[in-house]
Amino acid sequence: MVEGVLVEGLVYGILALGVFISFRILDFPDLTVEGSFPFGAAVGSALIAARFPPLLALGAGFLAGAVAGAVTSGVYHGLRVPPLLAGIVTMTGLYSVDLRVLGGKANLPLISNNPVMRAAESWLGGSLDSSLQSFLAFLSIAAALVLVLDLFFHTEAGIALGALGDNEASVVSAGVNPVGLRTSGICLANGLAGLSGAFAASYQGFADANFGAGIVAAGLASVMIGEFLFRTNRIGGQLARVLLGSILFRGIMYAGRSWGYLAGITPNDLRLLTAVLIVASIAASRYKGGTLPGRRRE
Amino acid sequence: MIRLESVEVVFGRGSPDERRVLDSLSLAVPKGQHVSVIGSNGAGKTTLLNAIAGSVPLSAGRILIDGVDQSRLPEWKRARYVGRVRQDPLAGTAGDMTVLDNLALASRKGPRRLRIAVPARLRRELRDRLAELGMGLEDRLRENVNRLSGGQRQALTLLMASISRPAVLLLDEHTAALDPRNAELVSELTRRFVAEYGLTALAVTHDMRRAIDEGDRLIMMHGGAIVADVAGDAKRDLTVERLVDLFRRTRGGDYAEDRDLLT
Repeated sequence: MVEGVLVEGLVYGILALGVFISFRILDFPDLTVEGSFPFGAAVGSALIAARFPPLLALGAGFLAGAVAGAVTSGVYHGLRVPPLLAGIVTMTGLYSVDLRVLGGKANLPLISNNPVMRAAESWLGGSLDSSLQSFLAFLSIAAALVLVLDLFFHTEAGIALGALGDNEASVVSAGVNPVGLRTSGICLANGLAGLSGAFAASYQGFADANFGAGIVAAGLASVMIGEFLFRTNRIGGQLARVLLGSILFRGIMYAGRSWGYLAGITPNDLRLLTAVLIVASIAASRYKGGTLPGRRRE
Repeated sequence: MIRLESVEVVFGRGSPDERRVLDSLSLAVPKGQHVSVIGSNGAGKTTLLNAIAGSVPLSAGRILIDGVDQSRLPEWKRARYVGRVRQDPLAGTAGDMTVLDNLALASRKGPRRLRIAVPARLRRELRDRLAELGMGLEDRLRENVNRLSGGQRQALTLLMASISRPAVLLLDEHTAALDPRNAELVSELTRRFVAEYGLTALAVTHDMRRAIDEGDRLIMMHGGAIVADVAGDAKRDLTVERLVDLFRRTRGGDYAEDRDLLT
């Protein structure tokens, strides 16, 4: 049970890392994740169902998300529309693509053939309880991702990406094409969302075209709850904070599902709870820091 | 060497309020020269810098830097040759990033690689450069830039604009938003960088005294054209009175407004 919340937090934490990169680092309010998350789930699951190796399926989930990001970036830069509109266009179109990838159905079960979870539950040779093992497996995966991203944000490309969302002029002055740089950032963010979707499908045991519903808000809530936990201007800490925020968010949702009836909360109210959590995190951070909850403000 | 050949910039071409901001302007600045640019509001000084940097498109003419035609290149490509400091101390730096990361970003022009941005050797070098500013920033490498004062931030921006030794350094009233003490500090740093790095500089200023005291050459703009160009001995003999006189002659005697330029 606790392991379930933790695993869920880590799986959706990968998505929250993507949301953090687009909303916080790039200052690009990107709704594409609402489409790239189920797209990654659909592509990953379709490949698993077709008996491709699980690693390849997960990689394809990442790539699928990155392609969705590239489409949004193309619409945004090519037509000079606001980021929100570019994201809505991609996310709307992807729904139909997802249905096609899932073979004309809205749902693709993985119950009988779930190599990712099987590997996660037995990767330490079955010496521990299976749910504990899958928690350790996903913890390792998420931690490895944070380490890789931390390393990336210490490279020339990573620093330029950070500066781009902060002050585009400073990037242009360094002789960097801001369009290409922003595109690669959006692709990275949505690639993470796609990867998260592929993991989520395995974790839930099915892929669903409606996986994306409300996912941006969930990611944002995770990012904001994380920011509430501790302050840091180091990128590694900020990334780790996103994962912690995601776990906490899933915990709150679990509590809402399990004990919410005591306060009259039904599962139907969870979206409302998410919205309230976002507002509460913003209000709390304003009260605490006295600053706007803009981008990395520490 | 910067060469502008009959450069024209027209805003709102074809519309009723079409405005010719640069009017067939030609200018050659040899390598290492420090040029002060003065002129009344609307004379086209900032547009001149924007045209060189590529922030505004040319309607006609060419701009060559070190013999390479830059006229059609986007701003980010021209940035290889251009360093720039604007009036607003917030304009050139990423405030939510550290002093070290900002300087590392500016230390190399061109596409970014997947390499650690600040290896130990570069860190030491950048630290030494920061120490030269004399503002204690070398001990604040890990602090975000928005924690710095306006003067510190502008000094950092100047260092960022100069550190890659661009072919031309464009300064747009870069001390105007600072208090007198910091303005003097940043001016002093500008003189030093221009001399030490052998930079070619174009500095727009409203301050006639500074325009006279600093640089090897002074150009005065009016109505999108250069109306006076003083260098060498003539520049050394220049006084504020003579400059105002020169200014008035080009304007047809609007004395009250000219006085404002002396403050």
